[in-house]
Amino acid sequence: MAMLEIDRLTVEFGREEAPFRAVDGVSLSVDRGEVVGIVGESGSGKSVTSLALMGLIDYPGRVRAERLRFDGQDLLAASDRQRRRIVGKDIAMIFQDPMTSLNPCYTVGFQIMEALAVHAGGSRAERRTRTLELLEQVGIPDPASRIDAYPHQLSGGMSQRVMIAMAIACNPSLLIADEPTTALDVTIQAQIMDLLRELQTRNRMGLMLITHDLAVVAESCQRIVVMYAGQVVETGAVEAVFAAPRHPYTAALLASLPEHGSYKSRLASLPGVVPGQYDRPRGCLLNPRCPHATERCRAEAPQLRSDDRGGVRCHTPLAADGRPTP
Amino acid sequence: MSGPEAVMEAQDLRRYYELSRGWLAPKATVKALDGVSFTLAPHRTLAVVGESGCGKSTLARQLTLIEPPSSGALRLNGRDYATASEAERRRARRQVQIIFQNPYGSLNPRKKIGAILAEPLAINTDLGSVEREARVREVMAKVGLRPEHYMRYPHMFSGGQRQRVAIARALMLKPRVVVADEPVSALDVSIQAQVLNLLMDLQDELGMAYVFISHDLAVVRHIADDVLVMYLGRPVEQGASAEVFARPLHPYTRALLAAAPSLDPDRRAGRSVLRGELPSPLNPPAGCAFHTRCPHADGECAARRPEPRSYGGREVACHHVERIG
Repeated sequence: MAMLEIDRLTVEFGREEAPFRAVDGVSLSVDRGEVVGIVGESGSGKSVTSLALMGLIDYPGRVRAERLRFDGQDLLAASDRQRRRIVGKDIAMIFQDPMTSLNPCYTVGFQIMEALAVHAGGSRAERRTRTLELLEQVGIPDPASRIDAYPHQLSGGMSQRVMIAMAIACNPSLLIADEPTTALDVTIQAQIMDLLRELQTRNRMGLMLITHDLAVVAESCQRIVVMYAGQVVETGAVEAVFAAPRHPYTAALLASLPEHGSYKSRLASLPGVVPGQYDRPRGCLLNPRCPHATERCRAEAPQLRSDDRGGVRCHTPLAADGRPTP
Repeated sequence: MSGPEAVMEAQDLRRYYELSRGWLAPKATVKALDGVSFTLAPHRTLAVVGESGCGKSTLARQLTLIEPPSSGALRLNGRDYATASEAERRRARRQVQIIFQNPYGSLNPRKKIGAILAEPLAINTDLGSVEREARVREVMAKVGLRPEHYMRYPHMFSGGQRQRVAIARALMLKPRVVVADEPVSALDVSIQAQVLNLLMDLQDELGMAYVFISHDLAVVRHIADDVLVMYLGRPVEQGASAEVFARPLHPYTRALLAAAPSLDPDRRAGRSVLRGELPSPLNPPAGCAFHTRCPHADGECAARRPEPRSYGGREVACHHVERIG
């Protein structure tokens, strides 16, 4: 049994009779020591999935799932009190923008010690020692002088390191990183990804890496989950999916990367945009943009079908040569 | 190098800002842009690459004549505008247009697309309203906007389409040079490809020169003819894009290329991640600005600042380029 199991998670907003499904029947699992990449464009529901898991979707948002289990505990049935004991301790999260995720009114040391006080306890002095240790672990030079710094005195990369220190403070077994490097410069981005990989291996954490950057997934993850408009469209081992994508959306995402084109050639691009709340098509959600769409795709929504290679949500998944199979 | 073929030429362009550090304290000088030179011909794309704080956006402000440089020359079609009068600079601005990173912030939410696009014409030309509308509709068709979009507001568009509006606005005055400041970094991958294709199509058709400011090396590699890599306001390496990407010479260019994530496992092998962070532009290191992070730095790098010099067909600012190149 996997450490984290999500089965048919649905998150809805808006009116009961005409809800907007931000997340639509998403199933995924993360094992201890495993790195899973969740990829999708804006509006694909990847962040909402992780927020639902953390219990951060407030009324009027509605979270439903067949199963939401972490380490054998049922998160759906857990009381707020029980959930708070797990979230922030065993499951921790890092957000995209470190500058706005830290409280500007308190020193970074205070904010890390706060997480320790809630979950780990210990005396003030012990917490301070542990905080210095954490800052050292995430590669902040001269932690003793930075522990009393305010967030505005740190650069973006340093702030993200502080966020990571806060997240790993209680030795979580699952770390959710929501676009952890998007707001950072290229060389700093590489440093932060190296740090995350190192911590993940050393502590044998499960890591759920949410990103729009396929190259980051290629470098760091073992499994990939591709999302489109709130649904999982393809899952599988990273090498297999990148070598021979089976869903037309995954194929289009890969083909649109400039890395694949030759100099000044036109890039392959999907026409149109991700459907929003009011323009969800009938049938397969990708059908207005899909080059292989048939009458069946326009009428009937495909189900996610799984085999030993992974899952794909398509009536005519692509074969290894990139052609659709009936 | 200045000939009739050069549409824009910058020579040793510098921009310093004075910064107050408080009452009685002496003013500090930030050298945001410190000696940039390049020549740009029609149909060509120059990419400016670097991390935040390297002076990319300051350069964009000089090139679009928004701000006069502290020193140096900026020639458009052979005429220097660095020291020209404000009236002359205003007239010249129509030749250089800019596209900003964030199409959400750079379009007026209270104006319809038609009015946004007609504004440059109303300010800079004496066309009548009928002619203006005709020109707006012509350019809208060119960037792939439909005629019914004329009466819509920016909030009714997606990010990619808003960026098309921003591109259309830049094209209204038939500029010779378009400065694109991170034009695709706020867009999703599949939309990014659409906008890059549009930019390349428009260049083929209209023959503008692009100054393409970006931190995304995969995008730069794809569309640029020449590359200018900057670090803390100074150019560190400059040359033909194909050569720079095939064989980067400056240690910083190498570090940038190595740091960019890649789908290709071979390209990832043996990469070394740069230690440390960008120094403060207020207090840059003495000597070579990069020496605090450079794996090849020695005493000379800390003592003396390397000037850009020709090596291997490009300009490189490094003391040890012969040894490490």
